[in-house]
Amino acid sequence: MTPQDLQAIRNIIARAKRWDAFFGVLGILALMVGVLTFMTLFVDMAIQGMGRIDVGFFTNFPSRHAGQAGILSAWVGTVLVMIVTGLAAVPLGVAAGVYLEEYAPKHWVTDLIEINITNLAGVPSIVYGLLALGLFVYQFGLGQSILSAGLTLALLILPVVIVATREAIRSIPQIIREGSYACGATNWQTVRDHILPYSSAGILTGVIIGMARAIGETAPIITIGALTFIAFLPPLPFAGEPPAGLFDWLFAPFTVMPIQMFNWTSRPEAAFQANAAAAGFILVLMTLAMNGAAIWLRYRLRKNITW
Amino acid sequence: MSGLIVHPFSTRIMSTTVTVPPVPPTANVSDRLRKKASRHIKERFIEALLFCAALISVFTTAAIVYILVKESWIFFEAVPLSRFLFDTQWTPLFDDAHYGIMVLLSGTITSSAVALAVAIPLGTIIAIYLSEFAPFKVREIAKPFLELLGGVPTIVYGYFALVFLTPLLQKIYPELPGFNLLSAGLIMGVMIIPYVASLSEDAMRAVPMALREGSYAMGATRLQTALRVVMPAATSGIASAYILGISRAVGETMILAVAAGMQPNLTFNPTESGATITSYIVQVALGDLPHGSIGYQTIFAAGLSLLLLTLMFNLLGHYLRKRFREVY
Amino acid sequence: MSNETTLNIEPDANAAIKAECRNFGFYYGDFQALKDINMPLYDKKVTALIGPSGCGKSTLLRSFNRMHDLYPGNRYQGEIVMQPDNTNLLAREVDPIEVRMRISMVFQKPNPFPKSIFENVAYSLRVRGLTNKSELADRVQHSLKGAALWDEVKHRLNDLGANLSGGQQQRLCIARALAADPEIILFDEPTSALDPIATASIEELITELKEKVTILIVTHNMQQAARISDFTAYMYIGELIEFGVTDQVFIKPKNKQTEDYITGRFG
Repeated sequence: MTPQDLQAIRNIIARAKRWDAFFGVLGILALMVGVLTFMTLFVDMAIQGMGRIDVGFFTNFPSRHAGQAGILSAWVGTVLVMIVTGLAAVPLGVAAGVYLEEYAPKHWVTDLIEINITNLAGVPSIVYGLLALGLFVYQFGLGQSILSAGLTLALLILPVVIVATREAIRSIPQIIREGSYACGATNWQTVRDHILPYSSAGILTGVIIGMARAIGETAPIITIGALTFIAFLPPLPFAGEPPAGLFDWLFAPFTVMPIQMFNWTSRPEAAFQANAAAAGFILVLMTLAMNGAAIWLRYRLRKNITW
Repeated sequence: MSGLIVHPFSTRIMSTTVTVPPVPPTANVSDRLRKKASRHIKERFIEALLFCAALISVFTTAAIVYILVKESWIFFEAVPLSRFLFDTQWTPLFDDAHYGIMVLLSGTITSSAVALAVAIPLGTIIAIYLSEFAPFKVREIAKPFLELLGGVPTIVYGYFALVFLTPLLQKIYPELPGFNLLSAGLIMGVMIIPYVASLSEDAMRAVPMALREGSYAMGATRLQTALRVVMPAATSGIASAYILGISRAVGETMILAVAAGMQPNLTFNPTESGATITSYIVQVALGDLPHGSIGYQTIFAAGLSLLLLTLMFNLLGHYLRKRFREVY
Repeated sequence: MSNETTLNIEPDANAAIKAECRNFGFYYGDFQALKDINMPLYDKKVTALIGPSGCGKSTLLRSFNRMHDLYPGNRYQGEIVMQPDNTNLLAREVDPIEVRMRISMVFQKPNPFPKSIFENVAYSLRVRGLTNKSELADRVQHSLKGAALWDEVKHRLNDLGANLSGGQQQRLCIARALAADPEIILFDEPTSALDPIATASIEELITELKEKVTILIVTHNMQQAARISDFTAYMYIGELIEFGVTDQVFIKPKNKQTEDYITGRFG
C-alpha cells in the first residue's frame, strides 16, 4: 500500500466518520424531541393547574363554578371501575396465559386464540367502546354503569395481561417443570406450586402496565355513555343491604378522571382549563407512578434472576 | 434371627405347590400412587376452566364483529352502501342527511399522515441510535423513559395540543384555527414515537452480531453498518413497527376529539379543523340521540369501517412479523 | 520465562515481515487473555494459530483488525506493528476503521449480509466510497474469481447470498474480504462449519491466495494447519509456546508441550 493510497483511504474514512458523528447528534436530538415534549407538557400542566390542587379539589363534586369544582366523584369512580377491571382482567388473563403456555396442544384452536390475542391488542380502544355499548349496555342491559365500564376496560387490557403472563412463564426454565414432574406432581400442581409463584413478579408488572393504560382510557367509556357531570357518589362497595344491596355500586352511574378532564377541557371558560390542567396533572402522576413501579419491578426482576 | 422367620407365602407354596393365589398386581404398591379417578377429573376440570379463559379472546373478537355488523345493519338498511362510500358530505344530524364516510376518512388520513410524518422518521432515528450508537447507560435510561412517554393518557396529550401547541403554532401561522388537524397530528406523532422506536429497536437488536462484525471487519463505520446491513436485515420487523404506528394513528381518538374540532370536513389540508372516524363516534356518544335512530347507528357503521381499516394493518403487520421471525 | 527456548525462530531469508506482535497482551476487563506475545507475520505466507480451545488464538487474531474495539472493557497492551509503514495498529491515534480497511477478515460461520451476491462483495468497495457502476462490476467479478466462486454464481448475481450453500457462502465472504485488496486477511476457523468437500475447496483457495496476500488463520484442525500453512504458532492459555516453520513445528517441535498437543496426548 503506497502512502497515496493510505491518504485516500484516510480521506474516505474522515468523510464517513463525519456522517457518523452527525448521526450521533441527530439521534440525541430525536430523543430530545420526546423528552422535551414530555417535560413541557408536565411542567405546563403543573403551572396551569397547581393553583387548583388543594384538599378541596379532591373532596368537592364538579360544579358550575370552576373555583369550587373538584374531582371527588371522578377519582372515586376511577377507583371503583379499576376494582372491577382488575377483578375481571387479572384472573382471566392469567388463566389464559397459563393455558396457552402450559396446557395448550399445538392445533388450530390454539393458533386461532393466538392470532386473536395479537389482533385484539391492535384494535382501537373506541371499538371496544362500541362493543360494550352494543353488548353490555343494550344486549345484557347492564346500563351505563360501573360494571359495564369495568368490564369494557378489562377486555381492553386482557391482551396486555395475557402477553405479560406468557412472557413471565416462558422465562422459567424447563428444568424447573421437569423437577416438579419428577417429584410426581400433576400438571396443575406444577402450575400452582411452581409456575405461578415464580412468574408472579413478571405477571404483576404486566398487570400494573395494563391498569395504568386503563386508568387513562377515555374513548371507550365515553362511548358507552358515561355521564360527564356527576355530583353524587355511588354506594360504597359491599355496604348495602345484603344480599341484593351488596352489589348496588356496580350498577351506579359514575364518572372517571379522564372524562372529568375531557369535560373541563371542552369548556370555553379559562377557569375550567385550570381545572383540566390540575386533573390532567394528577392523572399523569397516577400513570407515571404505576408505569414507574412496573419498570422498577422489571429492573429488580432482571437483576435477581436466580437461574 | 430374621432368617428363622418363614414368609407366609413360601409356606403356602410349599404346602400346596400347585397354585399361587391370585395377588392383585397393585397390592404391594402404595395406595397413593394408584391412578386416582378423582385426581384425573380435577385436572381435566382445571384445564377446561383455563381453556375457557383463553377462549374469551375469541369470543371478544366474535362479539366485536357481531355487534358492529348487527348494529350497522340497521344503518345500511336505510342507507345504501354506495352512498356511504361515495357521498362527499357527512351530515347525519341534518334534515338533509348525507352519509359519506369519505369525509371522516379524510380527517383520519390527514391527521394520521401528519402523525406518521413525525413518528416514523423520529422513531426510526431513535431506534437506530439506541440500537447501534448509544452507550449502554443511555439505552438503559432512554428505553424506560420512552415507555413512560407511551403511557401518558391520550386525553392529556389532547389537552396539551389544544392549550399549548395550537397557540404556539398560531404565533408562527396566525390564520391557524383554534381547532386543527395539524396540532393534533403533531402531538399524536409524539405519542406514537415510543411504539415505532421500541419495536424497530427490538427488530434491529435481533439482528445477529455476526452480521455487524462482518460489516465492521470490512472497515465500515457505525452509520454504514446500521443503514446498509442492520436495517436491511431487520426490514420486516421495522415495517411491522411502522404498521403498528399507522394502526395507532388511525385508531387514536381523544387527541382528535379535543384538539381537532369535530366538524366533518372533506379536506386533506392539516391546517383546517376536521372530524375523524373516531372523534365522530365520541361526538355522537356525547350527544342525546336515541339508540336505534339512523343518526345513532352511524357510529356503528363508522366503527365497522375503522375496524376493517385497522384489521387490514394488523394482519399485514402480523404477516411481516412472522416473516421476520423466520429469518433468524 | 519459558519463552527463551520457544522463541527460537528459524529465520526465513526469503520472506519479509508484514506485521509483528511485540510484547502483545490483551485484557477482557480485568482478565488477562493474552500475555507477552512476540510473533512475526511473514509477507505472502500463511501463518496458522493452533492450540486447545480457550487458548486465546481467536482473541489474538481479532486483535489484528481491532475487532475488540467493538465491545466495551477490552484493552490491548504492547504493539502490533505493520510494515512497510511501521504503524503500530494498536496505537490510540490509529483509526480502527483504517486498520480494518487494510486487514480483512473471514469468520468462523459464514455471515453473508442479507443482500444479493453482488452487493455482498460490493459492500467493502461501497464502504470505501466507490460508486462507479462499471468499476464495481469489474472488481466484484475479479474478487469472485479470486474466491473461485465466479463460475458458480455468474448467472445469479442478484440472488440472496443466504441462498448459497455453506461452502459457497464462505467463499462469498472470502470474495467480500478480497474485494478491497487487503494487505492481510484473517481467517477465524473458516472451515469449522463446513463439510469435508467444501473444506478442501477453501483450503485450496487459501493456498492460492497467498500469492497476493498475507494470511493469518486460526484452526483447531492440526492436519489443516500442516496442509496449508508455512508457519505455525502453538498457543496455550494466552501464551505463545512455540513459533516456527510448519514442518519443523510438526516434525521436530522444540517444546515438549507442543509435541504433546500435536501427537494428541493432550488437549
